[in-house]
Amino acid sequence: MKILVVEDEPEMIEILTGALAKENALVETASTFMDAIDKVTMYQYDCILLDINLPGGSGLQVLEQLRNLGKSDGVLIISARDALDDKIAGLDLGADDYLTKPFHISELMARVKSIVRRNQFNGKSAIEIGNLLIHPEEREVISSGIQLQLNRKEYEILLYFVANKDRLIHKAALAEHVWGDHIDEADNFEFIYSQIKNLRKKLKDQNAGIEIQAVYGIGYKLIVE
Amino acid sequence: MRLMNRTLVWLSGALLLALTIWAVIFYINMLDEVHDSIDDGLDNSKLLVIHEAAQDSLVLQQNTFDEGNYSIRKIGAKQARNHKDSYVDTLMYMENEKDFEPVRLLTTAFSLGKGNYYELKVISSMVEEDDLIEDLFYSLLWLYIILVVTILVINNFLLRRIWKPFYNLLNKLRNFRLGSHALIEPEATSTTEFKMLNDAILELLKSNVDTFNNQKQLIENASHEIQTPLAIALNKLQLFADKHQLTEEQLEELFQVVRALERLTRLNKSLLLLSKIENRQFEAIAPVNFNELCAELAEDFSDVAEHKSIQIEIVERGTLIRAFHRDLALILLTNLIKNALVHNHKNGSMVVTLTEKTLTIENTGSDVALDPETIFKRFYKGGTESKSTGLGLAIVHSICETAGIKIAYSFNGKHRMELFFS
Repeated sequence: MKILVVEDEPEMIEILTGALAKENALVETASTFMDAIDKVTMYQYDCILLDINLPGGSGLQVLEQLRNLGKSDGVLIISARDALDDKIAGLDLGADDYLTKPFHISELMARVKSIVRRNQFNGKSAIEIGNLLIHPEEREVISSGIQLQLNRKEYEILLYFVANKDRLIHKAALAEHVWGDHIDEADNFEFIYSQIKNLRKKLKDQNAGIEIQAVYGIGYKLIVE
Repeated sequence: MRLMNRTLVWLSGALLLALTIWAVIFYINMLDEVHDSIDDGLDNSKLLVIHEAAQDSLVLQQNTFDEGNYSIRKIGAKQARNHKDSYVDTLMYMENEKDFEPVRLLTTAFSLGKGNYYELKVISSMVEEDDLIEDLFYSLLWLYIILVVTILVINNFLLRRIWKPFYNLLNKLRNFRLGSHALIEPEATSTTEFKMLNDAILELLKSNVDTFNNQKQLIENASHEIQTPLAIALNKLQLFADKHQLTEEQLEELFQVVRALERLTRLNKSLLLLSKIENRQFEAIAPVNFNELCAELAEDFSDVAEHKSIQIEIVERGTLIRAFHRDLALILLTNLIKNALVHNHKNGSMVVTLTEKTLTIENTGSDVALDPETIFKRFYKGGTESKSTGLGLAIVHSICETAGIKIAYSFNGKHRMELFFS
């Protein structure tokens, strides 16, 4: 997995490269507009994390350059600007997704992996984890040849955990991803517990070989047994 | 009243006055002239009669008006000497009209030598003043009507054309919204006043749009500047928690910081949203089906409701469809529904009722009515829910205000929010 981080804030670069390195990704960085143009022109990446505000130009121009070159690198725009115009312009120019700062690391990983998966194997790749085989295109989860019957939320929770294996997932991050941004901190996210409980039971019953552990009152972590 | 009609009212009043005054003067002058001319005629007749009487004494026998327009009567010398010519208007029975008609009567005296004095009366038929006045009145009435109609026509055709750039500009101004990208393009005109108006308005608009854009830029930049350090702080803490083996106590403390930062993030986003709504930056308008939206949201919030054992019920008495910005409609309903769930108690209920014109959300909750004056204010916090930003209902209120929706809160054991769509 080869990833380019286009970002001008050194601290953000450190965070992004740190988080990605943990997934054994090969990470390169570009901190100016010209740097970014050079790198996207010369190399091929599985995913480009692209900031819109760059010294010397706009991330949207980098997107244009990619399009002009006929390249199909996956692009995740990371912007502090929540402006609708930017979002629409970015997606129109061929970006795969748009993430607004600040975000949860786990959300970033879920999105990056989804983009890489779609780009690498046209989305046809299956994810193997524990005894599970997940076909994201068909939304199918198979454990030892038997299909797991998961509802929409359970499936999304599972996929989110799989993308963030061994990482502590904050309840807020999970709630926002599965239930939507607007869910906020309603009742301290206790409501997610019942879905987690059901998912855990199904995973255990089917001998999935993975376990969702509660980490104190803060969040959860997916562990391969 | 339109400008052209206003001028018409004034003009028709002024015309009426002017024509009346003119008619009076005209009538007096004309009558004077008529008298003058008749009197000259009478004078002439008088001379002719006297001339004839000198030659033909039969003329002197004519002492009634039966056969002509004069009568002669013999008078004494003394009377004749005191006699003065007089012209008077009088009435005389006319055979042809079978009525008394006004005539002009000249009474004079003459002598035919030898001390024979005569009194001569000559008449001439006169203008019938009542007929004259009537004719004059009708003529003037026609003139007046023609004038007013002419002005009306000119106003409607000519002035309408002349004022076209003005109405055009007015129309464009009415449709102008700050924040939409298009600036007004006034119609080219050769009228100096309209040119000046166009220039003045364009200049005003341009400076307003500039200010607006600067403001928008400032808001976006401020958000950018705040979001990035927030992102750094939040993500570093999360990575820190991942990297190190922390005790429960340490993790708990760390995530207290995370929660505080997340709250700050939400506050920042809410404030940005509020200013965006108030700047009317949500403009894309398409029909939004609120019934469908409510159903979607009820599904989204079903887990939250289930967790608190709250019954969600949607009563559809009609379909509520309005032109709206979809994101804005979603924010509006989300805030209302979230509010009704968060400020609810275990085993409570929430009922959403939709009609073609209203949306009502009724929920159980605290037993005390909230103050309808202050709940929509920014940073108002009703209950014990310290984690709420206190901006939810302020956002609801400002969305309603920009969209022309009337919102009312009432309490009758249950809390009730009612939205009236125009």
